[in-house]
Amino acid sequence: MSYPRSRLRALGAVGCVAALAVLAACSSGGSAGSSGSNSNSGTVTVAVVSNPLITDQMIPLTKSNFAKQYPGIKVKFATYTEGDLRAAIQRAISTHSYAFNVVMIGPYETPLFAKNGWLTNLSKQYIASDPGYGASDLLPPIAKSLSYKGDLYAVPFYGESSMMFYNKTLFQQAGLTMPHNPTWAQVEGFAAKLNQPGKVSGICLRGLAGWGDNMAALDTVVNTFGGQWFDMSWKPQLTSPPFVEATNFYVNLVRKYGEPGASNDSFNQLLTLYGQGKCAMWYDATVAATSIATTYPDVYKQTGYALAPVNKTKSSGWLWTWALGIPQGASDSGAAWKFMSWATSKQYAALVAAKDGWSAVPPGTRTSLYNNPKYQQAAKAFASITQESINSADPEHPTLNPVPYVGVQYVDIPQFESLGLTVGQQIAGAIAGTESVNQALQAGQSAASQYTPAQLSGG
Amino acid sequence: MTVLEDLAPPPEVEVKPRGVSRRERWQLRLPLLPALIYTIVVTQIPFLVTLWYSFQSYFWNTPAPAHFNGLANYKTVFTSPAFRGSLVRSVVMTVVAVIVAMILGVLFAVLLDRKFLGRSVVRTLMITPFLVMPAAAALVWAGPMLDPQFGLLNYLLQPFGIHHVAWLSTHALGSVIVVMIWQWTPFMTLILLAGLQGQPAETLEAAKVDGAGAFATFRELTLPHLRPYIELGVLLGSIYLINVFDAVRLMTNGGPGTSSTNLPFYLFQQVNNAFDIGAAAATGVVTVILTIIVATFALRMFARVFQFEEAGV
Repeated sequence: MSYPRSRLRALGAVGCVAALAVLAACSSGGSAGSSGSNSNSGTVTVAVVSNPLITDQMIPLTKSNFAKQYPGIKVKFATYTEGDLRAAIQRAISTHSYAFNVVMIGPYETPLFAKNGWLTNLSKQYIASDPGYGASDLLPPIAKSLSYKGDLYAVPFYGESSMMFYNKTLFQQAGLTMPHNPTWAQVEGFAAKLNQPGKVSGICLRGLAGWGDNMAALDTVVNTFGGQWFDMSWKPQLTSPPFVEATNFYVNLVRKYGEPGASNDSFNQLLTLYGQGKCAMWYDATVAATSIATTYPDVYKQTGYALAPVNKTKSSGWLWTWALGIPQGASDSGAAWKFMSWATSKQYAALVAAKDGWSAVPPGTRTSLYNNPKYQQAAKAFASITQESINSADPEHPTLNPVPYVGVQYVDIPQFESLGLTVGQQIAGAIAGTESVNQALQAGQSAASQYTPAQLSGG
Repeated sequence: MTVLEDLAPPPEVEVKPRGVSRRERWQLRLPLLPALIYTIVVTQIPFLVTLWYSFQSYFWNTPAPAHFNGLANYKTVFTSPAFRGSLVRSVVMTVVAVIVAMILGVLFAVLLDRKFLGRSVVRTLMITPFLVMPAAAALVWAGPMLDPQFGLLNYLLQPFGIHHVAWLSTHALGSVIVVMIWQWTPFMTLILLAGLQGQPAETLEAAKVDGAGAFATFRELTLPHLRPYIELGVLLGSIYLINVFDAVRLMTNGGPGTSSTNLPFYLFQQVNNAFDIGAAAATGVVTVILTIIVATFALRMFARVFQFEEAGV
């Protein structure tokens, strides 16, 4: 009988199909080409996040302008959603595959990567010899968030805090007034009055699992309720009363008055919903104002803005920026800097203004933009509140009590990438109603407890 | 497909061919060698590397180089509730999808076996879901079909008082299974239709003459005749559906929470979100072992099906 032998062979084959799936990821190609001695030629491969300001603006402008200005430099884009972008960059950088010579990262990645020696020191290498770049013009909180030991390791394309967007017409009709600095209790009251199931949601909030998705919004609520991820001795605090209270508040708010299917929604989905008039209020990134202004002019006219709602702290907005950095050892780095400095320059802002108007300019990076009378005029509705939100975010003191970590809507440790996702999944489950908030936070607490304080603080 | 190829040769092949010298045998085998070497390179070497990684502590988000850490990764896998949960969901998804697709497949096959006007058009339409790319199908279901605000399903159900149901949040696992069934019912139908066409008309006529009703004929004659085809469909369906990734990734991203995370997606997340290469490799190895156990039973059944065929039933 041939049976036993052929079975063995068959089983080996079945096994390897599964094994292939694991390893496909490990064999990413990419080679370091010629070194970038000539900065006016070369190939620049940029990994970017698929947000509107990048896909609708940066990429087309690169093709129509940068390519003409520097015909020797070929720019290629790889576009990812936020979660996939992090994975692709992490993979490329840590395995030194040099798949990208420019990566889009933020205040979470920049200091961690810089500490590991994975990024080029931009201040020393390029900015020092490029006085026209004007690094001193960058908004101080943004520049600080992209620095490690005082040097810039990434330059910001746009910067953001979080704030409340609301529909002035609906508020007027209901006889409500949104204060400039609302509390979460007030917001809950408004949401209850404005919610019309099936037509307009009282408030639109992020529910999609991910530390940069639902956890970003929830963390700001946790902070202002006095909660924190870890205490000063790095003990996880996810089941502490303020954390539980804040999470219950957030989950109940979105379950009662939020958009249906919230557990699948993040920035891009909510922007569409809000733009179609399906949200009376929307708490999200300040940069959404720019997208609303350019993509949804009708809704833009009705939109009012308020600071991130608070409870126990004075302010609660997050701080984020999508910035560009060069992986250490990448090829054609001179050409890469040419591209980066162009995309983050004042000249780029003027280019956008000439094409789409000043209100479409990427916000939140340069002081000069906010001092520009033309921008002040065009983006009158949201310019000053954006600047105010960014300036009041304090990543070093995010909540009531002192914390051992840096970060408003994240914890700047390598373990947070996985931990933030795990907790985000649990919260998404609670929002969808597949589990209770207490169960979700218990699971989060035990996920956080698998790390020792030494691991967490050692980085 | 490897499974099929390996089992296809009948037992006679193993009988030592007399009168053929060792050299001649090698000459016969020679043309197969490139394919064999290729297969080994693309399947066995990655598997060995995976095995090696599964004993390493290797994270993409720390600069520390990979180092040996014994069985720690396996301990993580077996003690992780997330792994057990996704294992259970994988089994539930596969079993439910295969059984429902098979029941629907029998139903459609019997209907499509009758002669009626426009049968070929209807048959083609029936098969279409199987021809649509899984990723495209998942996106169409996630967006235009199931969206809580703009979805077609909610629109159609509105007259019945059901509206604004966020299917992908409240019934995530169910939605994914429905799409799996939608895609695989045509496959089952096709296999069974082939089986039905092999059913001798005389037997059916004889049953009619003996006064058997339609249902009795189906139960006593058609179903036993279809048995090997049903087993084949169930086997092939299970092998493919246990690996479903597209629908999970594109429709629910494993969520909400982990409510629709199956094994392939869990493995993907360990690499892509936790950057824990060691634990991911260990998960892969454990998955392989479990698949081998399942496949052993399935193959035994498969072998029986073929014996059944040869016996001429």
